Amino acid sequence: MTPNRNIMTEQYNKQHVLAVKKLGVAFKTDEGIVRGVNDVSFKVPKGKTLGIVGESGSGKTVASQAIMQLLPKNGSIDEASEITLERNGLSINITSLKADSKEMRSIRGGSISMIFQEPMASFSPVYTIGNQMEEVILFHRDVSKEKAREIALDMLDRVGIANPSVRLEQYPFELSGGMRQRAMIAMALATEPLLLIADEPTTALDVTIQAQILELMRQLQDDLHMSIIFITHDLGVIAQIAHEVVVMYLGQVMEWGTTREIIKESAHPYTKSLLSAIPKLDLLHDRLIPISGDIPSPLARPPGCPFHTRCPEFIPEKCEIADPEETKLSETHYVSCFLYEEEDQNDG
Amino acid sequence: MTVKDQLLNIEDLKVYFPITTRGVFRQETGYVRAVDGVSFTINEGETLGLVGESGSGKTTIGRAILRALDITDGKMTFNLDGEIIDLSGIKGKELRNFRQHMQLIFQDPYSSLNPRMTVRDIIAEPLVANKLVPSKDVDRMVQETAKLCKLNIEHLRRFPHAFSGGQRQRICIARALVSHPKFVVCDESVSALDVSIQAEILNLLMDLQEELGLTYLFIAHDLSVVAHISDRVAVMYVGQFLEFASIEELFTKPKHPYTEALLSAIPEVDPDVEMKPVSLQGEIPNPANPPSGCRFHTRCLYAEDKCRLEVPVWREIEPEHFVACHFADELVLRGVEQSQ
Repeated sequence: MTPNRNIMTEQYNKQHVLAVKKLGVAFKTDEGIVRGVNDVSFKVPKGKTLGIVGESGSGKTVASQAIMQLLPKNGSIDEASEITLERNGLSINITSLKADSKEMRSIRGGSISMIFQEPMASFSPVYTIGNQMEEVILFHRDVSKEKAREIALDMLDRVGIANPSVRLEQYPFELSGGMRQRAMIAMALATEPLLLIADEPTTALDVTIQAQILELMRQLQDDLHMSIIFITHDLGVIAQIAHEVVVMYLGQVMEWGTTREIIKESAHPYTKSLLSAIPKLDLLHDRLIPISGDIPSPLARPPGCPFHTRCPEFIPEKCEIADPEETKLSETHYVSCFLYEEEDQNDG
Repeated sequence: MTVKDQLLNIEDLKVYFPITTRGVFRQETGYVRAVDGVSFTINEGETLGLVGESGSGKTTIGRAILRALDITDGKMTFNLDGEIIDLSGIKGKELRNFRQHMQLIFQDPYSSLNPRMTVRDIIAEPLVANKLVPSKDVDRMVQETAKLCKLNIEHLRRFPHAFSGGQRQRICIARALVSHPKFVVCDESVSALDVSIQAEILNLLMDLQEELGLTYLFIAHDLSVVAHISDRVAVMYVGQFLEFASIEELFTKPKHPYTEALLSAIPEVDPDVEMKPVSLQGEIPNPANPPSGCRFHTRCLYAEDKCRLEVPVWREIEPEHFVACHFADELVLRGVEQSQ
């Protein structure tokens, strides 16, 4: 492994299931080339949850699509990007695999599963839940049809669906929103994945159901020892479910660290601004501090630090010219901002 | 809170949607009781928050007050500068003329703006459609309102696609305010926006309220947003109100188990505060076939036989704090802790 600015201690390296290094994704569009993700690196700790927070256009979904090799046709991953999956003691470089290769197909849905915001979109409307779950299990696991059904039943039971044997015979539309989300989680976990990518899985749900699903995911993680990438824009959800957090803005990582570091000791002006922009329950009528301006269009990415156009701590003739390097604040806490660059500490 | 003039008075509002059979005869086989006997008042200049899970009837109440759909039963009156207008009774031209006083801001600023109209035409639409002002005044009023909503006047000739989500929502707000309404229904008006933009729009809504003396009915599923902007909140469940109180009362001293469950499910932005959600069994019942007795009894942790049999009375348990629960006096419920 070549030295990299994201390198952590040796011991830590052994404890991750997925490492993303210098990931870049470009989309060809009619209006030009759009960089969906730019030089993004992060690691997913084994058996833990990595939260990715970001607003629209931050590239959080594109990053997960790249991991699954599910990018739209006009998207391509940079040559220099590396996505390494640790499976059975072997390191597999996902970026070198063809999207339709046998190995990639065993990873997609097998070693790495994914759940989405809209469960109806992940199920086919014309097959029963049982049918679809069995198909996935038979594809990825070497079991008999009877055994597959047993596994499906057990998974539905685990995610808290009452009468699983009845539900197996039902079609997705017969289930309510919360049930469908549970069924989707059951299907994603039926292949015993090492890593579950959850892309805004609770955004469309009511708070009470959201709380149930979060609780369920936490419990399943304990039982099955899987890692989770949890993508959301909701910092409250992140605080409750993630162990480590990556904060993204316009396709770049602004800051990453443990959840406590990100929320209690946030360093990047963007993270701080995000935290002060959300209404808090204990400070009822205080005025919110919005982030000035709008999220720039991905077609007109600002030069230098992508956040400089809205940053309250903008340093003229610096932030708009160069992109800051990642600075290490602690063993687990990294930030990309000139305020923290070592040689410029007097500026901070 | 000081006692203000009542702007709206809603009594026993019911909105039922018929369920019809297929075919030529379309027989009515039942009703979806979207709103089933709700009474409340909205004071002038306040923000009333309306919360509840999806399917609880929040949007239907908003639309019913605006007379965007026909009500089944009930009485609604609007206090227009001292003149009491029977909202449930007016129709035709009278209703059309009255619409300028009540407006709606939608959730999705992407689908609620006509892509083929310029921003100027979009904002002017309520004035033109209702023939409220002579055409020579339209431009002046559009510009005034646009300025108020912090839109760049130079941009009025552009089309909506040129704007970002936050700016589009400001266009929607300007369109709602151009006819100088007294009452605005904000139906999930900030839910589709990014966090950084949401704060800006919330601030704008609050500033406009102060400047223009607006009254809001603020419908949202995000309790922290509702808590931030509202003076009083109503908690709705399967077409009925379960609790109604000032925001401080409701959040710190909830009296209904459902409110407790909702509050406990809000994820706090603090890794040290562990979320301990009150787990609700099952899902929200079908409003076409609501449970007997207390509608919440199927999911309530504290439910007893009485809850299944008797409909709880809507009562004022403390001054200005209303609740519909048999055991509201006995239960000790967990609210949100206030650190001040």
